[in-house]
Amino acid sequence: MSGAGVPASRDQTLAAAALRSDRFRLERETDWQRLEAMVTAMEKGKLKKLSDDDVMALPVLYRNLLSSLSIARESSLDAGLIAYLESLTLRAYFIVYGTRTTFGAWCRNFFGGGLGRAVRSIWPDLLVALAAMVAGALLGFFLVDADTQWFYRLVPAQFGDTRVPGASREALMSSMFGKAESEGLAVFAAYLFNNNAQVAIMAFALGFAFGVPTVLLLVYNMATLGAMLWVFASRGLAVEFIGWLSIHGTTELLAILLAGAAGLHIGRALGFPGARSHLTALAEAGRRAAQVMAGVIVMLICAGLLEGFARQLIQSTGMRYAIGYGVLALWFTYFFAFRPRRV
Amino acid sequence: MARAADLGRTRGNDPRLQRILVTPEGVALDVAVAPASARIGALFIDLTALFALFVAFVLTLLLLFWGYERAGLPDVSDGVLNFLFILFIIGTFLARNAYFLYFELGQRAATWGKRAVGIRVAARDGGRLTAEAVIARNLLRDIEMFLPLMFMTSGGVQGTLSEFAAWSGIIWVGIFLLFPLLNKDRLRCGDLIAGTWVVQAPKAALGDVVATGAPVSEAVAALPVDRYRFDEAELSVYGEYELQMLEQVLRTSNPDALETVAATICGKIGWTPPIGDERAFLEAYYTQLRARLERGMRFGRRRADKNS
Repeated sequence: MSGAGVPASRDQTLAAAALRSDRFRLERETDWQRLEAMVTAMEKGKLKKLSDDDVMALPVLYRNLLSSLSIARESSLDAGLIAYLESLTLRAYFIVYGTRTTFGAWCRNFFGGGLGRAVRSIWPDLLVALAAMVAGALLGFFLVDADTQWFYRLVPAQFGDTRVPGASREALMSSMFGKAESEGLAVFAAYLFNNNAQVAIMAFALGFAFGVPTVLLLVYNMATLGAMLWVFASRGLAVEFIGWLSIHGTTELLAILLAGAAGLHIGRALGFPGARSHLTALAEAGRRAAQVMAGVIVMLICAGLLEGFARQLIQSTGMRYAIGYGVLALWFTYFFAFRPRRV
Repeated sequence: MARAADLGRTRGNDPRLQRILVTPEGVALDVAVAPASARIGALFIDLTALFALFVAFVLTLLLLFWGYERAGLPDVSDGVLNFLFILFIIGTFLARNAYFLYFELGQRAATWGKRAVGIRVAARDGGRLTAEAVIARNLLRDIEMFLPLMFMTSGGVQGTLSEFAAWSGIIWVGIFLLFPLLNKDRLRCGDLIAGTWVVQAPKAALGDVVATGAPVSEAVAALPVDRYRFDEAELSVYGEYELQMLEQVLRTSNPDALETVAATICGKIGWTPPIGDERAFLEAYYTQLRARLERGMRFGRRRADKNS
């Protein structure tokens, strides 16, 4: 009995139907099938092919369907009919209350202010992460200052190469200004897969454990940096070292800061959910943190490009400072000053 | 034994995975959480699709490169090649994420793999599935699976992968892969963070009216329409469960099953089996039984099955 049957025969079947619940179904099934066709078209992304009448009728048909389902559950024992109504209602519900954004629209919104909003919304965590990183750097610097043995504990062996306490000024200089022994590609690949991208992602992922490992990771990584800084500072190369590091380091350290803060945000929601349930708090924090992390990935890619190319191409300390802090200023402007009106 | 209130609801799925989702209109909908087997199947299909896309893309690039060399154009410098390779690394990373984002942000909220096994992503609170939630659950997928695998592969290729790192990588991926089995909603860590879950997206077609009373053949059409009349006692032997089993038999309309069921019912109510006219007999019994049970239903009396 398809709804598309000849009207006369439909009326006949309607009259012939012995059961009240079958009459109920026969009276309404054309509406259901119209809605089903619309839902199927929308699921296939053919929204534009629907006529204006159909689009206007959608909410009404949807509500009628809901009431049909409620009535059918209480008055019909036709299991096939109820299964159909259940599945159609669920599909229509997902369409009516479905995603409103497309991928492209989300991208526009994200880069046109959404990222900045997300970053600003986790500002307490940004401050905590910043404090952890500053404390880590100071700790590394002063530990090595007190006893150079600390350097070997803080800095992994293969990372240290010639840059160890007691290295000559020339050796240190050449490590910063020498011609690139490795090409941009090798540096980039090593970068992407090995060091700080991993740190950033770990800092975020470990936020699950109430944020404690995140803080430890931030402190430890910055301690390594502080120890390295001491080695260069001990030979009077602090300014050059910071310049060498700044060119991509400002972007990269900011990315690590944001990732750590995103991790802390999740850890904080888990530890102190407030009046919300743990799962709700986690979901709310997770959505904010995920947007920040999407930004972190963009930043890490930028940092990788800067490290792979700009660092070895630009040999003057002045330029390195200019680029490093110019980029940092751009990020800050983008995150904190760029506040377009919400669409 | 089925409770009366459960009758008429979706059946046949694992009851531990059944949940109720209340729409903003206040109607309770039955949803079934996607079982772990479907999730793994979908993931496997997605990985295969991604890998096939990747291979196709690389082959196209190689073909282009080959064509470029054949055309005798000037050599490309190493610097440009490096740059292209870096773009390639970034591009594959973004494309992998874009695949999941694009499809899960679509109306069906499902990737190819999820569509193939009939499941979809939904917001756990019954509200709108937001872009942020989809981003969150897919970003975590990278952390759960792709990144550790990539770190391990690249470490293995460069020879810097220590045994400890390899084992911790394997354990890391293992924990995250098994995570859905450790909670009742089959949530992945990404689902937990994003406030989403993966549910079954059933697609049922509207079947015909079960008992139309239409004659199946010319010979039967000559018989009087109301040749099968059952009295109260004959109808009161069965409940809703048996009615719906009978509905299934009538919908599939397998002649052997019709014959067996007609014989069983006749045995129960003390009739002689109507040889050659089973369908009309069963339709009549079905219609009258359903009319009786539905009448009871309207007065708030439900009978789950023959034992109640």
